Amino acid sequence: MMQQLLLYPLLWQLLMSIVLMFAWRHINVQRVMSITGSVIGLILSGMLFYKVLVYGTQTIQAGGWEAPFGITFVADTLSATLVLLTSIAGLAVSSFSSASIIPARLKFGYFAIFHFLLLGLIGAFLTGDIFNLYVWFEIIIISSFVLITLGGEKAQIEGAVKYFTLNFLASIIFLTAIAVLYGLAGSLNMADLAVLIPKIENRGLVEVTAILFLVGFGIKSAVFPLYFWLPASYHTPPSAVAAIFGGLLTKVGVYALIRVFTLLFVDDVFIDEVFIVIATLTLFSGAIGALVQKNMRKVFSYLIICHIGFMIAGLGMFTELAIAGAIFYLIHDIVVKTNLFMISGLIYRIKGSNNIKSLGGLYKEYPKLSLLMTIPFFSLIGIPPLSGFWPKISLIIASFNTQNYVVLGAVIFASLLTLIVMAKLWSEVFWKNPVDLPKRDHFLYFDKMTTTRKLQMLLPIVFLTGVSLYIGFGAESVQQLSTRIAGELMNKQQYIDAVMPKS
Amino acid sequence: MKTIILRTASNYLLPILLLFSIFILLRGHYLPGGGFVGGLIASIAFVLHAFANGLKDTKKLLKFHPGFLMPVGLSLAFLSGLLPVIFFDQAFMTGLWMQDPIPVIGSIGTALFFDVGVYIVVLGVTLTIIFTISESA
Repeated sequence: MMQQLLLYPLLWQLLMSIVLMFAWRHINVQRVMSITGSVIGLILSGMLFYKVLVYGTQTIQAGGWEAPFGITFVADTLSATLVLLTSIAGLAVSSFSSASIIPARLKFGYFAIFHFLLLGLIGAFLTGDIFNLYVWFEIIIISSFVLITLGGEKAQIEGAVKYFTLNFLASIIFLTAIAVLYGLAGSLNMADLAVLIPKIENRGLVEVTAILFLVGFGIKSAVFPLYFWLPASYHTPPSAVAAIFGGLLTKVGVYALIRVFTLLFVDDVFIDEVFIVIATLTLFSGAIGALVQKNMRKVFSYLIICHIGFMIAGLGMFTELAIAGAIFYLIHDIVVKTNLFMISGLIYRIKGSNNIKSLGGLYKEYPKLSLLMTIPFFSLIGIPPLSGFWPKISLIIASFNTQNYVVLGAVIFASLLTLIVMAKLWSEVFWKNPVDLPKRDHFLYFDKMTTTRKLQMLLPIVFLTGVSLYIGFGAESVQQLSTRIAGELMNKQQYIDAVMPKS
Repeated sequence: MKTIILRTASNYLLPILLLFSIFILLRGHYLPGGGFVGGLIASIAFVLHAFANGLKDTKKLLKFHPGFLMPVGLSLAFLSGLLPVIFFDQAFMTGLWMQDPIPVIGSIGTALFFDVGVYIVVLGVTLTIIFTISESA
């Protein structure tokens, strides 16, 4: 039974989603099942992570069909780490959403779709087949589209249309790229492709395919100049949904970029330069965008875009240290961004608004809560010794080593602007004198909730803050993990050998 | 649409179409057909019945909400994939087959149960969508 451990986190989410569908109308049952199920999912992912850490890359050939013909599932250290992070964020958001989302929305199968989204995410991280990756992306899009429209407010539909159109376009481009690649190489298995692609003689077409992949994943991971859908849609759904979106959805795009451009299209100087330019512009435009926004969640949306730049920059520099920095940033970012959106949801439930101008006095009313919120804020900015600080060090050293002084400047500039944005947010939301907000009727205020519900909202924030603190204070082990992942990514032969042992 | 010809015909067409959908489902392993197309044809049978007799009658005929079919079909497909993992410690979705073929149906394996699961899911989804749309229209 333990041979199949690789698939258990995946299958568990599918099982959860099916079981939750049976309990369609019973919200309280769903709440309990989703939270306990997420705990078990976290344990399974932890077991997989441990196994990969000790025994190295694990593979499974689905249906017993040997690679390169069947669909392979691969868990190397990167995949296992991301699956673990997905489960951590999933558990937090599952608990948070059971309290913060109103029952009218939960009634329409929120939890079943939520676990379906987690299934898509875990599948995308684990698959070793490029077409299968596309299928998981589709599962992610479909379930995220349901989650973003659940409730059917006008603003939501507007955001959803923008979100869906651009993500769908990205999928079409991705699919075209797969088709061209299949025509060139005649295989879809990523390990097999890694062997075949360097042998293709028509290098021009390979480059075009690489650009197609770059554009497709670029839209999904919201890099400059393809990010406009993100701030237009992420502030519309309930904040629990925005938390899982902000924490994980763009990161799948980044994961796909890292996987494809370290395994399939390597040693391409042109692409690396494109990455550097994109990363620099993403860092600039995201940071400046965050500066002018008035809605808290829009600020965070722009910060997501801005910080994607760090990871792309690491990928563009393509040294082991730079990629280690990018991976470390990815690990830190998933936890912090999920937490930030949950915090914005908590503030929304306390005050009834997310507009920075009409908020204020939070520190006076909730001093302990505010102090708790400072930790993710400081981690995001990268104040030493918290988690955002360490990957930036790696990135800065790497940009010195590769003499990419523009990247160096962009990294420092984006960090500075993040600091300014967060300082502005802090003074407006927490220190400013309270603004009298009219009490809204039929609104689920935090004060009116039962203690259980309050805990369900607070504990996930405490939990993710704890994880953030661990990433900051236990930076040595996370750095070792990132270095190991970067080493695995740079040496693609071990991935190929793990999938196809004989060749 | 409530003409007497259609109403009379639909009463006979419903079982015939359902039978045909099962034929398509079983045919699907080697030949064109399978769970998806079979499920669509089965849902057409009910939609035609709803056209002729009105939505209320069709719902009475079904006795339960078609949305309930979705998790049922999903769990059937899921279990058929999980079977080799639980009992034989083989990879997920490995095909297990019975030794001797059964007359009319042919060889039975986990693939058939997977396809039946797809059939039920497609039926459930299509009917839920169509019923919801025609209710709100």
